[in-house]
Amino acid sequence: MGRVVVEVMPKPEILDPQGKAVVGALPRLGFTQFTGVRQGKRFELEVEGDVTPEVLAAAQEAAVTLLSNPVIEDVVRVADVAADAAGTVTSTGLA
Amino acid sequence: MAAGLDAAKVGVVTFPGSLDDRDAARAIRLAGGQPVALWHADADLQGVDAVVLPGGFSYGDYLRAGAISRFAPAMEAVVDAARGGMPVLGICNGFQILTEAHLLPGSMVKNEHLHFVCREQVLSVENTRTAWTNQYTPGQRITIPLKNQDGQFVADERTLDELEGEGRVVFRYQGWNPNGSRRDIAGITNAAGNVVGLMPHPEHAVEAGFGPDGADGLRSGTDGLGFFTSVLASLVRA
Repeated sequence: MGRVVVEVMPKPEILDPQGKAVVGALPRLGFTQFTGVRQGKRFELEVEGDVTPEVLAAAQEAAVTLLSNPVIEDVVRVADVAADAAGTVTSTGLA
Repeated sequence: MAAGLDAAKVGVVTFPGSLDDRDAARAIRLAGGQPVALWHADADLQGVDAVVLPGGFSYGDYLRAGAISRFAPAMEAVVDAARGGMPVLGICNGFQILTEAHLLPGSMVKNEHLHFVCREQVLSVENTRTAWTNQYTPGQRITIPLKNQDGQFVADERTLDELEGEGRVVFRYQGWNPNGSRRDIAGITNAAGNVVGLMPHPEHAVEAGFGPDGADGLRSGTDGLGFFTSVLASLVRA
């Protein structure tokens, strides 16, 4: 089973009220070094079989038509997770 | 009401999570029209002359407010009809659906102050040439309820300048901008003036005793009724 990750972020020029709320809460827990937070969305799209170039193209199309609204959001990543799993999924320090 | 108005049929689309569909139907009836219940999964608009997309939290506002409703079978029919000139009014969640369907520009994001807001809101009516505002006078102040969490209207500067330049800002917040909307915009129209969207709720201010406080006393405000008499008047003229 393959998996495509799509990440969507609010456009830089759009004020991100959720990020603003989070950055306001961080200092209350002692995290005073973070001066800004922007909150986005991560989608994981599963497919039977491998993530082919066609699957990636379809994910890109879905990303810009449904998963994001181009008026307020940018699609910042459309990627085959298996292809770069070693780098991104297991480097969390949990092992 | 003139006899010809009896025949005007105004559809109200119910989506999963719509809240104000019955109030919208009631407003249409009080204005002298015939409300017709439409269902999101049914592409048949049943021969209506106009459509209201009511407020609520369709599909739980999942993904983005209005994002999933846009692809409902009823909406595809509404988009076609709107492009053909049928009057369409989007209230609150309905406004969000209209922007997601690209019938109106811009989008709504979370209120600047992050709180859900529910209040009686003063608006100015800035464009009285639309299908939904022709019974108001230019600059008229009206008071109708406002209740939303994702009500901050945003668009890029070029789009905002176009809206202003073409007189397509239909309503502006007066007194206080309740959600951080760009340029105090509460509602807009398309170039043809048949599609109007706004965040506040005219359908909650149509009957004395149940509306906002008004000049004639508590709950006496009926400033929203003009939306529905306007569309009936525009259908008679058409």
